[in-house]
Amino acid sequence: MPFVRAHRALLSFLLLLGPTVAQDQPLAFVGARLEPGDGPAIARGTLLVQGGRIVAVGSADAVAVPANATRIDATGHTIIPGLVCSHSHIGAVAGADGSAPIQPEVRALDSIDPRDPGLQKARAGGITSVNIMPGSGHLLSGQTVYLKLRRADTVEALAYRNADGSIAGGIKMANGTNPQRAAPFPGTRGKAAALVRAQLHRARDHQHKLAAAKDTPDKDAAKDTPERNLGLEALVEVLEQKRVVHFHSHRQDDILTVLRLREEFGLRVVLHHVSEGWLVAEHIKKAGVPCSVIVIDSPGGKLEAKNLSFTTAAVLDRAGVLVGFHTDDGITDSRLFLRSGALAVRAGMDRDHALRALTIHNAQMLDLQDRIGTLTAGKDADFVLLSGDPFSVYTRVLETWVEGQRVFDLDDPHDRLLADGGYGASDGQAMSMCCFGQSGQEAGQ
Amino acid sequence: MIAGLVTGLALLATVPQHPPAPGGAAPIVVRGETVHTLHGAALTPGVVVVQQGKIIAVGRAADVVVPAGARELTAKVVTPGLIDAHATVGLSGLLNVPHDQDQLERSNAMQPELRALDAFNPRDELVAWVRSFGVTTVHTGHGPGALISGQTMAIKTHGRSVEQDVVRPLVMVAVTLGDGGHGDGGKAPGTRAKAVAMLREQLLATQAYVVKRGKDAAAAVDLGHETLAKVLAGEVPLLITAHRAYDLASALRVADEFGVRVVLDGAAEAYLMLPQLLLAKVVVLPHPAMARTGGELANGTMRLPALLHEAGVPFALQSGYESYVPKTRVVLLEAAVAVGRGLPAEVALRALTIDAARLCGIDGRTGSIAVGKDADLALYDGDPFEYTTHCLGTVIDGVPYLDSPR
Repeated sequence: MPFVRAHRALLSFLLLLGPTVAQDQPLAFVGARLEPGDGPAIARGTLLVQGGRIVAVGSADAVAVPANATRIDATGHTIIPGLVCSHSHIGAVAGADGSAPIQPEVRALDSIDPRDPGLQKARAGGITSVNIMPGSGHLLSGQTVYLKLRRADTVEALAYRNADGSIAGGIKMANGTNPQRAAPFPGTRGKAAALVRAQLHRARDHQHKLAAAKDTPDKDAAKDTPERNLGLEALVEVLEQKRVVHFHSHRQDDILTVLRLREEFGLRVVLHHVSEGWLVAEHIKKAGVPCSVIVIDSPGGKLEAKNLSFTTAAVLDRAGVLVGFHTDDGITDSRLFLRSGALAVRAGMDRDHALRALTIHNAQMLDLQDRIGTLTAGKDADFVLLSGDPFSVYTRVLETWVEGQRVFDLDDPHDRLLADGGYGASDGQAMSMCCFGQSGQEAGQ
Repeated sequence: MIAGLVTGLALLATVPQHPPAPGGAAPIVVRGETVHTLHGAALTPGVVVVQQGKIIAVGRAADVVVPAGARELTAKVVTPGLIDAHATVGLSGLLNVPHDQDQLERSNAMQPELRALDAFNPRDELVAWVRSFGVTTVHTGHGPGALISGQTMAIKTHGRSVEQDVVRPLVMVAVTLGDGGHGDGGKAPGTRAKAVAMLREQLLATQAYVVKRGKDAAAAVDLGHETLAKVLAGEVPLLITAHRAYDLASALRVADEFGVRVVLDGAAEAYLMLPQLLLAKVVVLPHPAMARTGGELANGTMRLPALLHEAGVPFALQSGYESYVPKTRVVLLEAAVAVGRGLPAEVALRALTIDAARLCGIDGRTGSIAVGKDADLALYDGDPFEYTTHCLGTVIDGVPYLDSPR
C-alpha cells in the first residue's frame, strides 16, 4: 500500500502539472470508433482536443493531426461523449431538513463533499457532468447544483456557472407519496398541491414588489424594497425561468399535476423518474416537457412505482418527448450508468436515441447543451474511452476525460478499486440521504 | 438420445388413462441454435422434447426424432430454467407495505419454527416478474434481519399455490450475524458477541431437547427445536447472512463447534478469507453484483463471484433481499454484471442452474436438461447475459410461459 500511495502522490503531482502541457499541446485520439451524438458513428475516426476543448472530430482522412500533437492509438476502442447524469445524490448531499415541506433557501452546494468517493465512482462510470439534488421527502427540498466532474477539491471549482457568474443549478420538487408525512408536511395530494401553489403565489408577490421597487425613483426605493428573503428570491428565479424545476413524479395523476402547476405559473420543468409516464405520454408530449427516466430492475418497492415499466423510455421517446436517463445514485450505481441506456434498448428504444438520452438530452435539461453532450468541435473535451459497444455488458469504461484531462483510468490501481469495489473502495463515502435506513414512505427515489 | 425418445414414446403409450398434466399432454419440442444442457457439452443446434412435465429426450437436432403433432418453440439459446439460489420473493411483496411483507417477524430474535410455506404468496407480481427473466425455481423464505428469522424452501415460479409448486419445503434455516441481526429498540441481541452467545445457547438447548425427546417420546413438542434438530443432524444447513470478514469468521466458528453445515449469504468481505472458506468447504452465496455498497457492504465488490471462482470456493448466485427499490433484484441481471466483471459465462450459468440445484438439494429434479428431469427451460434470443438480449420466456414442468418476453 505505501507504494501505491507514493505512486498516487506522484500521479497527483503530474496531474497538477498536466493542464499546461495538455492545454498547449493538441491531443489526437486516432483509430477509435466515434459515436459523436450529433451525427452518425464514425468507424475509424480521429478526435482532436486542445485547450480543454474539442478541436475536430471526423474520419481519419478528414481530420489532419497537427505535427505537434500527441497521438494516442485508440484502435479497437469506442469514444462517446462524457455522460451527463441529470439526477444524482453523490457527494453526501443533504438539502432540506425535517422542519418544513418547502425550503427553497437551502442549497445543495453547501452540503457537498468534493472528496466523497461517489464522485470518482461516477467518473468510473463515464459520467462527466451531474445534477446533484437534495432528496424527495419534501415538496421542495432545495436548490440543485450542476457539477463538472473535473479534478477539484472545492464545490466552487466543480460547479458550472451561469453567464452572470452565479452557480448553475435548478430546484428540486416532488409530489406523490414521498413528501406525505406528519404536519407541517402534507397528508394528501390535494394539500401538497395547495401548499406549493400558495408558496408560488407568495413568490409572485415578492417578484412584483421587487419589480415595483426597481421602478421607483432612487430616493424612495429603499423603503419600497422588500426585505431579503432567500427562499422567495430562489422562487423568483424559478418564476423568471432562470431555474429549472426538477420535479420528482411517478404516478400518472401526479405527473399531470406537475403539468398543471407548470401551466399556472409558467415554470420550466423537467419530469424525473416518470414511472407511469407511459400512461400519459401524449400529455407530456403536448406540454413539451422533457423526462428524465430512471431504469429499475423490477417494479414496486413503493406504491407509486408499482407500475414501473422497462418500456417507459421507449414509449416516451416514440411519442416525441425529450428523454434522458439518470442514476438517482445510490438508487442505481453511477458506475453502471450506461446500463440504463442498454436496458432501454432491450425494451425497444432506438439505440442512437438511448445514447443521446445519456448525454445531450440530459445536457439540454440542464441548459448545458452548448457546452457539453456531443463530440462537437468547440464543445468541452469531455469524453469516455470504452473497450467496445456502449451497450454491451462486456464493455468497460477504460478512461474518462474532462476538459482534455484524464480523470479516470482503469489501469490505475486506485481507480480500478473504485470501479469494481473492494476493501476501502467506499472509505469516506456517505451513502446518499436519499433512501437508506428509511421507510419506503420517507425515502427519496 | 434415441433411447430417451423411446422412453418418451413408451410413456406416451402408457399415460392416457391419467388426468392430463398442466399444460396438456401433447408434447412440446424446444429447438435452440444453442442448448446449454449443463449435462455435458452444449448442443448446437439442440432439441429438447417435453412430455407430461418431464424431459423425455434431448440431443443434437439431427439425432432426435420429434414426435408428430408436438408444439414447437424455437430460440437462439436455451438453458435449464434458472434457479435463484436465494431470494425472498413471494414473501416480500411488490407494494412494500406492511400487509405484503412477510419475510421478517420481529417479535422474537429466534424463530426457527416459522415456515416459508405458510408465508409465500404465489400470486405476488414479483414471482411472475422473475419468471419472465428465466427463473423457474426460487430458493426463498424468511429473510435477513433477525438472529434466526425462519425457514426457507425451494418452489417453482408457476404462481399457483404452495401445495402445487413447492419442490422442497425446508431447505435452510436463516440466520443473520452482524449489525443486520440486531434486535429492534434495544432488544437482544444488541452486539455481535451477544448474538453469537444466543445462537450457541439455542443450539445447546436443542441438543438437550433431542436427548430429552429420545428418552421420552411423550415430551412436549417444540417446533423451533424440531427445526434446529435437523440442523444439528446435518440434514438442513444454516443460511448465515453476514458481510464483514469477522462475522463470517464467527459463522465458521459456530459451524465448527456444533458440526453443522453453513451456507454463507451476502459475504461482502469473503475475498479477505478465501483460504478459511476453502478449508471449511463452505458454499457461499455472494451478494448480488449490483447490491448497494453501503453499511456492512461498504467493501463490497462487483467482482466477488469472479474472486470466489478464481479461488475455487463453491458458490451459487442469488437475487437476495431488498427493502426498497428495486423490491426484488433479478438474478439473471445480477449474474450478467458479474460476468461483465470477469466471471466466466459458463461458470455463471452453472451457478444459476445445476450448482444452485445441488445447494438446495433439488438437483434430482432440476438444474440441467436431462432425460427424466422436470421440464424447466429458459429461452433467449441471444447471449443470456448480454444487456440487450431478451428472455423470451420459460417452460416450467412442461407449462410454457411466453406471454411477457423481456
